Amino acid sequence: MASDANSQGKINADGKREIVMVGNHLAALAAVDSGCRFFGGYPITPSTEVMEAISDFLPRVGGTCIQMEDEIAGIAVAIGASMSGVKSMTATSGPGISLKAENLGLAQMAEVPLVVVDVMRGGPSTGLPTRVSQGDISQVKTPSHGDYKSIALCAGTLAECYTETVRAFNLADRFMQPVFVLLDATLGLMHAKAVLPTIEEVEAGIIPRKTFDGSNEDYRPYGVEQDEAAVLNPMFQGYRYHFTGLHHDAKGFPTEEIETCRKLIDRLFRKVDEHLDEIELNEEYMLDDAEILLIGYGSAALGIKEAVNRLRAEGIKVGMFRPITMWPSPEKRMHELGQKFDKVLSIELNMGQYLDEIQRCMGRLDIEKLIKVNGRPFSPKDITDKVKEVF
Amino acid sequence: MAFNYDGYLRMEKMPTLWCWGCGDGIVLKAFVRAVDDLGYAKDDICVVSGIGCSGRFSSYVDFNTIHTTHGRTVAFATGVKLANPTKKVVIVTGDGDAFAIGGNHTIHGARRNIDLTMIVIQNFIYGLTNSQTSPTTPQGMWTVTQKIGNIDPTFDACRLVEASGATFVAREAVTKPKKLEKIFKQALEHKGFSYVDALTNCHINLGRKNKMVAAMDTLDWIDSITTTKKKWDAMSKEERLNLLPTGILHHDDTKDEYCDLYQMVIDAHQDNRSKITQDDFEKKI
Repeated sequence: MASDANSQGKINADGKREIVMVGNHLAALAAVDSGCRFFGGYPITPSTEVMEAISDFLPRVGGTCIQMEDEIAGIAVAIGASMSGVKSMTATSGPGISLKAENLGLAQMAEVPLVVVDVMRGGPSTGLPTRVSQGDISQVKTPSHGDYKSIALCAGTLAECYTETVRAFNLADRFMQPVFVLLDATLGLMHAKAVLPTIEEVEAGIIPRKTFDGSNEDYRPYGVEQDEAAVLNPMFQGYRYHFTGLHHDAKGFPTEEIETCRKLIDRLFRKVDEHLDEIELNEEYMLDDAEILLIGYGSAALGIKEAVNRLRAEGIKVGMFRPITMWPSPEKRMHELGQKFDKVLSIELNMGQYLDEIQRCMGRLDIEKLIKVNGRPFSPKDITDKVKEVF
Repeated sequence: MAFNYDGYLRMEKMPTLWCWGCGDGIVLKAFVRAVDDLGYAKDDICVVSGIGCSGRFSSYVDFNTIHTTHGRTVAFATGVKLANPTKKVVIVTGDGDAFAIGGNHTIHGARRNIDLTMIVIQNFIYGLTNSQTSPTTPQGMWTVTQKIGNIDPTFDACRLVEASGATFVAREAVTKPKKLEKIFKQALEHKGFSYVDALTNCHINLGRKNKMVAAMDTLDWIDSITTTKKKWDAMSKEERLNLLPTGILHHDDTKDEYCDLYQMVIDAHQDNRSKITQDDFEKKI
């Protein structure tokens, strides 16, 4: 990569950090600034620059980066480090998520925090490795078998490659589960200036993992309120509990007791569902007086925003809604928007993976769609043409 | 005075899930005795297991314990160890975990020579799922997936692990519990990747259909296919056929350990050095 991954940038007149870096390097920088001290991964286009950068960053601060023998080991090693109490991350692309799926399920079940950066490329299968897509939206909702609630954040600007990674670490420790950061080949490899919060601001916002400080005998890592996450103390400090992917009791030990099993899965849902306000984040652009609603996310939103500006210049009143937290989806807000706007266009670099969710939230099927699955990004003209054609 | 295991076991989890007469309990006891003899603090040990009968091992011992996915124990343990290089991290796994679904991780853990102790409870069959062929099931034996006899060649797992780079490789059977305990102690004290092939009986899911109905029959069979390394070394190629050597098969204290090597990476970065030199490597040995 052309950018200097070791640059710390400079502080601008507004007291923010300005830095020139590719999106993948920004995700790595955000991890280290958030207190991540362990990275495990396996090379895969277009995410490899995350590992390239963090292999420099982590040893500088006494952390560890290891390139493992395959994608499965790449996530397993990071989960192992996280179980011991160290903030950990892995990075990959869609084929890697496919391989990591089973261990993502273990992290959901055992409530192990982990940040998973997924730099999306064209699929299915080997697909278009060096081209952009948003083909992993459905995949990250339920990569593993079974029932659990994914949290997936989708960066839509270069700066968000940084800020959403920071947010992912905080949400992972707050909800004790894996959190996805979705980038794509466009953002991950985009080389430009990003305006970032200062390290002090990032540090001030860190949500630490909860710990228990009573006696080992009283410790119930999974014995928490029904809307709360497990409280997992670091290893080697006198709290000798058990991690398992099996259904488990309050101490973490395998059980098939009927009510315990039901309550465990119920809690995995409720710990997320009952705290949506802590997770949801959207951008609304020129919606107030708009007559046409465009919905899109990720790098596609760069083209959508420009299209909104161009259409407005022609007197066509359009606005954009951009979910940044993709999962859980902004159900309530999308429902309201579905009531308010007759004309809705969904724009995605896939066959309509999020359209299903938009239709569900809005409770209607008459939503226009603009899709692209040839590995190329949207141009603003693609979008302005479509708006003029359908509305 | 009889050895008291209670302090190391999660007594509320007893009895174990293992069948009556299963050798896994002997492995468990030998391991606990080895830890006790070495005087390790319970808080300083992490035991990582996978899937299968051996997978339940971690839930019975009162250490920091992790029951992981099928075959991935070495990768999880590598994460715990690298993040906590001063702690003891032990893998207890089975032949299906270590050499079928997780073979790749076994190879690369050994190659890195990371300071882990890997105990494979080797019972020559998939026991928990009822008698499917394992990579170490002898040819010709009945399995539920090869009822007229297994055609898949078996192999000597110790040779794979040694060739991959492990610096301590040993094998012992549960018929020699004292020797097994001693080998566990040596493996735990070894710095680097230490591997122990712990041969055990699955008379229920291997023995019953292969004319070794009782636990003792299967144990006798294990004794019949093993011989000490000393005798093995004196044997001809023909005599070694279908036999496995026991004892310490490989021991090398000269190779760099992976956590030490990574410390070298940390030191170089923190000193702003752009390259690790031959001098750095030599300082480690």
